[in-house]
Amino acid sequence: MAAENTKREDVCPGKNKKKTLDAQALDLAVVREEIASTSGPEYWRSLEELAGSDEFRAMMHREFPKGSSEWLDSVSRRGFLQTMGASLALAGMTACTRQPLEQIVPYVRQPDDVIPGRPQFYASATTLGGYASPVLVESHMGRPTKIEGNPDHPASLGAADIFSQASLLDMYDPDRSQTPVYLGETRSWKNFTDQIRTRMAGQRAVDGEGFRLLTGPISSPTLFSQIQALLKMYPKAKWHQYSPLHRDNVLAGSMLAFGQAVETQYRLDGADVILSLDADFLSPSFPGSARYTHDYAARRNPDAAMNRLYVVESVPSPTGAKAEHRLSQRASEVEGLAQSLAASLGLGGSADEAKEDARFLRAVAEDLKAHSGASVVIAGDQQSPEVHALAHAINAHLGNVGKTVVYSDTVLANPVDQTASLKELAQDLREKKVDVLVILGANPVYDAPTDLNFGDALLNSGAGLRLHFGLHQDETAELCQWHVNAAHSLEAWSDGRAYDGSVCLVQPLIAPLYEGKSAHELVAALMGQSTLTGHDILRSYWQGQAKSADFETWWRKTVHDGFVDGTAYPAKAVTAKASVPAGKSAAAAAGDASMIEVSFRGDPAIYDGAFANNGWMQELPKPMSKMTWDNPAWIGPAYAARKGLKSEDMVRLEIAGRNVEVPVWIQAGHPDNAITVFLGYGRRRVGRVGTGVGFDLYKARSSDAPWRTTAKLTPLAQTYKLASTQGYQTIETGVADDHGVARTRPVIREGSLEEYKTNPNFAREMEEAPERNVTLYPNVDYSDPNYNKLGYAWGMTVDLGACVGCNACMIACHSENNIPVVGKPQVVVGRHMHWIRVDAYYQGDRDNPSASFQPVPCMQCENAPCELVCPVGATVHSSEGLNDMVYNRCIGTRYCSNNCPYKVRRFNFLLFQDWETPQFKMMRNPDVSIRSRGVMEKCTYCVQRITVARIDSEREERSIKDGEIQTACQQACPSNAIVFGNVNDPNSKVSKLKGQARNYSMLAELNTRPRTTYLAEVRNPNPQLESAEHAGASSAVEHAVVERS
Amino acid sequence: MAQIFHRSINLYSKASIVAVVLLGGAAFAGLFAFERSPYITYQGVTKPQPVPFSHQHHVAGLGIDCRYCHTSVETSNYASIPPTKTCMNCHSQIWTNAALLEPVRESYRSGHSLVWSKLNDLPDYVYFNHSIHINKGVGCNTCHGPVDKMPLMYAASTLQMEWCLDCHRAPEKYLRPRDEVFNMEYKQPATGEPVSFDGKDYTDQKVLGMALVAKYHLRNVTDITSCSTCHR
Repeated sequence: MAAENTKREDVCPGKNKKKTLDAQALDLAVVREEIASTSGPEYWRSLEELAGSDEFRAMMHREFPKGSSEWLDSVSRRGFLQTMGASLALAGMTACTRQPLEQIVPYVRQPDDVIPGRPQFYASATTLGGYASPVLVESHMGRPTKIEGNPDHPASLGAADIFSQASLLDMYDPDRSQTPVYLGETRSWKNFTDQIRTRMAGQRAVDGEGFRLLTGPISSPTLFSQIQALLKMYPKAKWHQYSPLHRDNVLAGSMLAFGQAVETQYRLDGADVILSLDADFLSPSFPGSARYTHDYAARRNPDAAMNRLYVVESVPSPTGAKAEHRLSQRASEVEGLAQSLAASLGLGGSADEAKEDARFLRAVAEDLKAHSGASVVIAGDQQSPEVHALAHAINAHLGNVGKTVVYSDTVLANPVDQTASLKELAQDLREKKVDVLVILGANPVYDAPTDLNFGDALLNSGAGLRLHFGLHQDETAELCQWHVNAAHSLEAWSDGRAYDGSVCLVQPLIAPLYEGKSAHELVAALMGQSTLTGHDILRSYWQGQAKSADFETWWRKTVHDGFVDGTAYPAKAVTAKASVPAGKSAAAAAGDASMIEVSFRGDPAIYDGAFANNGWMQELPKPMSKMTWDNPAWIGPAYAARKGLKSEDMVRLEIAGRNVEVPVWIQAGHPDNAITVFLGYGRRRVGRVGTGVGFDLYKARSSDAPWRTTAKLTPLAQTYKLASTQGYQTIETGVADDHGVARTRPVIREGSLEEYKTNPNFAREMEEAPERNVTLYPNVDYSDPNYNKLGYAWGMTVDLGACVGCNACMIACHSENNIPVVGKPQVVVGRHMHWIRVDAYYQGDRDNPSASFQPVPCMQCENAPCELVCPVGATVHSSEGLNDMVYNRCIGTRYCSNNCPYKVRRFNFLLFQDWETPQFKMMRNPDVSIRSRGVMEKCTYCVQRITVARIDSEREERSIKDGEIQTACQQACPSNAIVFGNVNDPNSKVSKLKGQARNYSMLAELNTRPRTTYLAEVRNPNPQLESAEHAGASSAVEHAVVERS
Repeated sequence: MAQIFHRSINLYSKASIVAVVLLGGAAFAGLFAFERSPYITYQGVTKPQPVPFSHQHHVAGLGIDCRYCHTSVETSNYASIPPTKTCMNCHSQIWTNAALLEPVRESYRSGHSLVWSKLNDLPDYVYFNHSIHINKGVGCNTCHGPVDKMPLMYAASTLQMEWCLDCHRAPEKYLRPRDEVFNMEYKQPATGEPVSFDGKDYTDQKVLGMALVAKYHLRNVTDITSCSTCHR
């Protein structure tokens, strides 16, 4: 293993310990030369690939990364031979096993609407940071098995982000808290309500003087009204709210600009020009991202009016990757930039013309002005209130308000400065003012700013009743006397507001697995109403709100639809203060050369740590780095080269006297002299998946600088193994033709709008597909009714222009197809199981590359190379052109994956599927086989969905309608990048897309005839910036080299 | 050098060659037969059930239609086993004190399901859909056998893949008109015993089968023998 590691180290050019700084510079010179010498775009997925080391080539040519096919576990050779001998002896006997006796357990009284074998769908909602996402939940005879978007709701339009989809696994998490606990002892709910009665009565007597309630951000109207009633009952009690990924700056920005709290909604369908000031609005943690992504992507069609995206960002993000023009800036520099922009738009202040980015700013300003009323400026959650106020002012100045920017009441019921709120609570705890503290679903002991020392304050507060209510017995529960197990949102009634203010109802899909209670029930219990059910509470609240005379009908319709009609907030007329706020002086980092600027971000997959025990999320490769199971800090390539750091090196960050140690990851496009750390990892108490995984960066975060600070960085001698899938499954693009002339066949293709207009076929012309009759394969005609009676030929297009790399398709595929989680050591050796992967390709200067995403499922080749080499016929073609995978035939030779040019086949090297845990048995999709060890598996276009639709249509004697079948990935996709359908039908959406000029096949010259094809990305760059950027790119490299020597 | 073996050994050695072939063949044939035997397939084997439910009595004796109990057979992949409530529709009126039916009444009282043994049990990697077979004219008893003559239920077929393919490779051998699907008395057409379909009388199953294949838009053999028809 040790030898293995050193070998893998060598793969990375920037990583070799022996190399001096000079060598680094030399390396870069080679890269620059390479960039300069290639005429077309040259794409790379990892920095290792860019440098083109021999080791990387060796890895690329392997079927699986080195080590994945070897037996690495500590079983002796002798033991291995014994086991093998036994299994060989038994191998011939497998067919002789009798089937075990199986049982049928029918209903006693079957519900009217249940048809065994047919799933039902219920509208509900999931919440993240207080914002609700409307969803549909698939239920198989009472077991929720999949979460999808609610197509009727404007915030979803059928798409579901990773967080809502993955919350399904959270419900079945076997490590969830299963009982109320008092000082470590199991208690009952009845016991709990009895026990708190006297103490609550005591508080009643003193008007709640010592009563404190701590919640996360809340948008639920019902819970808010309950809390108001609670505060009426205990008038001197205080309600605190805290979530570590708070939007305090957004709120403060709104107060600064309007003097009141308003919600900002964007209407991106009407935006021709979008400027993001460090706002990652295409990532699923941004409120409303599903809709924003939809609206943004709808304007990426080069045949219609395209939008243009400018991004100024401090942390490489999917939004930045999609940008036409991206400016990589440290977080502290964004404010100055926003001021310059405001000035050049004529909003006062002075534009700093000397800045090197002046050219960028001028072009943006002109473009924004030219599209007044059809442009939008979006400020990021982590940016200062001044930046938000500036964005409001610019939007107002450009006349965007009411068109692309709409203000409304706040979605959160009672928006407060959460950091201040928690600070006050910590203060009260320390001053021993608190007798009863109820913590509803928050986990401050883990995620509070470190300077508050919350755990310490809590433990020494002398509070007689500390109650934690949550899904897990987490770090906070440990320090509370009482813990009450919460019901998951799939187990309880509730409500919440979506980003547009509309109220979504949360409807339980299953009775609480562990008799957990909802927040509504707990708050009711605090008011002495411990017998009220969540359903009663919700219903009676809405009974008071309903305008319809016939409440029952209204209620049934509302529950059915999943949202309360007409509750979306109307636009609110607010005027931004005319004066542009004078910001604080920027670039604090510039002051001290030894300091580095630190940015804090929520993790793209496990959020604030709430998803830490969720295997799907842990193993989800994060959009830009494709990192799984860890949270290394990101540094830029320039900084890494200067400091001699390489990925996987440990560093110490010293922030205001506190030390944290964390591995680093060199992220292309990351600004220099800055480091980005991700919160949510390093959980101490969460469960079998998440405990002890990664590094806890909350320890480095203080309440006065929640999003950015400065630190002293010291490299350490240790390294830390990271499991990034970037670089795995790389497809070789460089080939030599018959005359030995090197050329490329890029798998990802893009062009500018101008190029597209002059030559729409640019993508197709990059590679030549052989004639149809040039093949040794059976040349099947799929439109021949003698071969394929119903005439369906399934195909897919993936629009690279629309894909924003949000990973929703990957989680959807996980959930739909019962894909196992393998764990970090297995990902390290390349045994991850994702059927669809989203590759990130970078292009150009590695300090500010442009990036593209490419989702890669099985291509369903008509001439499938995998089929010919299977010795047992376990992978064969269906008459509709699917590349079927027959799991029960597979004997695991892996010849097929060896022969797959697209590297989309996944092999169960071990029994990755958990067959024991009863909760997971309930979660699985009963329509898809569960694969065992030694079996190859892959995408089959969700053949289970095709089969159901075909059978239904045949029964009704009609054809399958276009759009009737949606694959799981297509359904979840917020940008409609994935389209599936019948390619034999010239009128189907997929046929029309395949007929477009920018449609191309990956590796077409191999004559595999893939059914999955791609639409090349067309970008709409600003001509003013376009020419300069090419020159600029090389000068930037020059600059970096000079700095280094 | 003297002969080590006596000449008569030649006979044994020749015989042993034949014996190896024969014994090997027999062993293979034995495994072949064993694999298809009721011991493996449970064909014709009854299994313990909570109530000795007689299809013979309910179907042949009382003339209850299949779909009275197996309600989802036309719409879903499962035919579905009836809930206790369905039993009690009648048995709250008749045989209310029969000792044999006590488990049924107990289930209804307590709300705990009756637990039946599965007889027609396909492997978990096979996805069979009842509704499409019913719809295309596959009779219930084509696969389930003479249910109306079974006092205790058993699987009438092996449910092995070769058995499935027998029909999927030539569906015309077994199809019948849709309105005969639930008819337990239905007999395939023969000379003198015609089956009428679409206003025509047929005396040959082959001919009738082809007419039904055309009328019911059966997919081609290439379609219905594609792996993903049954495996996913």
